[in-house]
Amino acid sequence: MSILNVFKTNASRRTTASVGYVVPDSYRCVQCGICNYNCPINIDVRGHAWRGEPVKHSECLTCGECVARCPRGVLRFELTDLFIESAS
Amino acid sequence: MRYAIIGTGVAGISAVEAIRGVDRSGEIVMLGDDPHGYYSRPGLAYLLTGEVQDKSLFPKTREEYAKLNFVYKKNRVLEIDRTAKTLQLDDRSLLSYDKLLIATGAFAIPLTVPGANLQGVMKLDHLEDARGILKHAKRGRTAIVVGGGITALELTEGLLARGVHVHYLLRGTRYWSNVLDEHESRIVEGRLQAEGVTLHFRSEVQEILGRSGKVIGVRLLDGRTMKCDMLAYAVGIKPRIDLAQSADLAIDRGILVNEYLQTNDPDVYAAGDVAQVYDPLTGRSVLDSLWSPAREQGYAAGLNMVGKHKPYIKTVPLNVTRLAGLTTTIIGAVGNGRDEDLVGIARGDSETWRQLPDAIVAQSGFDINRVRLLVGENHLIGAVVMGDQKLSAPLQKIIAEKINISSIRDGLLRKDAKIADVIVDFWLHHLVTS
Ligand SMILES: Cc1cc2nc3c(=O)[nH]c(=O)nc-3n(C[C@H](O)[C@H](O)[C@H](O)COP(=O)(O)OP(=O)(O)OC[C@H]3O[C@@H](n4cnc5c(N)ncnc54)[C@H](O)[C@@H]3O)c2cc1C
Repeated sequence: MSILNVFKTNASRRTTASVGYVVPDSYRCVQCGICNYNCPINIDVRGHAWRGEPVKHSECLTCGECVARCPRGVLRFELTDLFIESAS
Repeated sequence: MRYAIIGTGVAGISAVEAIRGVDRSGEIVMLGDDPHGYYSRPGLAYLLTGEVQDKSLFPKTREEYAKLNFVYKKNRVLEIDRTAKTLQLDDRSLLSYDKLLIATGAFAIPLTVPGANLQGVMKLDHLEDARGILKHAKRGRTAIVVGGGITALELTEGLLARGVHVHYLLRGTRYWSNVLDEHESRIVEGRLQAEGVTLHFRSEVQEILGRSGKVIGVRLLDGRTMKCDMLAYAVGIKPRIDLAQSADLAIDRGILVNEYLQTNDPDVYAAGDVAQVYDPLTGRSVLDSLWSPAREQGYAAGLNMVGKHKPYIKTVPLNVTRLAGLTTTIIGAVGNGRDEDLVGIARGDSETWRQLPDAIVAQSGFDINRVRLLVGENHLIGAVVMGDQKLSAPLQKIIAEKINISSIRDGLLRKDAKIADVIVDFWLHHLVTS
């Protein structure tokens, strides 16, 4: 995890829309499905959390619904390396 | 080769994934007596509050099951014959196995007071229980909740969300006294009261009163009576060890397994809530009722069943839960003693949380955002993070990875220490230097 992202669990949608994605911490996840239930375009976010994979889905809007609704802090936005390089 | 797995919970399904990842052709048979198979049991709490629908609780698709290529039998296993290596099923058939996994989970300890069988006395174990609660939880009704730990509050919150008036009865003098400290208990209690829950301390049900087979109230030990339309309880859980017991496997509070999840019979394994797992690091065998350890144990058991010699190293138990709406992370060892409202372990609970060795407490925050750290000689042993969760992920890592904190120990223990700042600085420094 990059230092820039450590305490930014809720990076704003604007910054992440083009350069970020949702990343799960599988160990916190209990597969309750609140993320999937709230995803406006039906991405299987929970499946990504099970497999420990970032939601690198071409259709993900990074709207933040799953991040905000997850009751267990499983999901966070992470900015891509591209952004970090240009920011530093 | 036939692998049989008893139990369709997360431990069982993870074992299937592990076995199939290695052995593409062996036969896998899963047996389960829950008519709904595999679903998120912690998610039942969110079904009660209405945050999720019941069809959303099922994590796997048909295609994913098909890929795992296993036989699913909706049967209860009645007996294990270890000599013949067969299972007796409830339809009278026998199923032979080469390797067996017992992943039968745990059940809610029933209430034993008179009236406990009345209609309207409810627990929260299975999807069917949650559906039953929702059927009863009509706006304007009155419910009594008894018990402790996370599930008692999940019941309370779920009922509140449905417009039910809730009276929460505690036998003791504060909520979850062997995991939370007094301040944390009071925060939770205050929030429950603010949400409209009526709390009754030192109140123990002696009898559940009924009319025409339905609950109408309770009589307490001190003679008081209270009216209610339903009673929901969560007084602890018990691993489902009956099959192992009658098959003469070694048991204690759960089924005893070594670090390979193997019982005293080398062809029989156990994982998840039913297993009491040996931890080589502490030399103790402990029970957890936590989703992720159950998943990891199931996976490790599966690998060992296919002959990979992979020890399961117990990770630091963690739960993130909402206590009266307040997000709370509990990590490592944080409390000790007994809680009068619970018998043994509860759902979403770990025995490790109560194995607090010598440690000094550092705490900060006195409103809803609170951090309590259990500070050992060179390491943090446990933490409770309530409200603001900024520190939750770094603390999870610092505790789980046993990162040496001697450089900030004095700073943490200083009177009026700004714990959050100390941890944030330490963590950033650690990331830069590691
Ligand atoms: C309401 C609730 C809230 C929870 N909250 C949390 C939480 O916040 N955090 C957390 O980490 N964990 C939580 N848990 C605990 C978590 O769900 C369990 O740790 C996990 O489900 C254990 O998985 P398992 O596979 O060991 O057992 P289970 O999920 O219990 O599955 C065991 C299965 O075996 C079946 N079975 C038993 N005996 C037989 C038999 N003889 N024949 C056939 N089938 C049999 C049962 O029907 C069951 O389906 C919660 C659980 C509940 C119910």
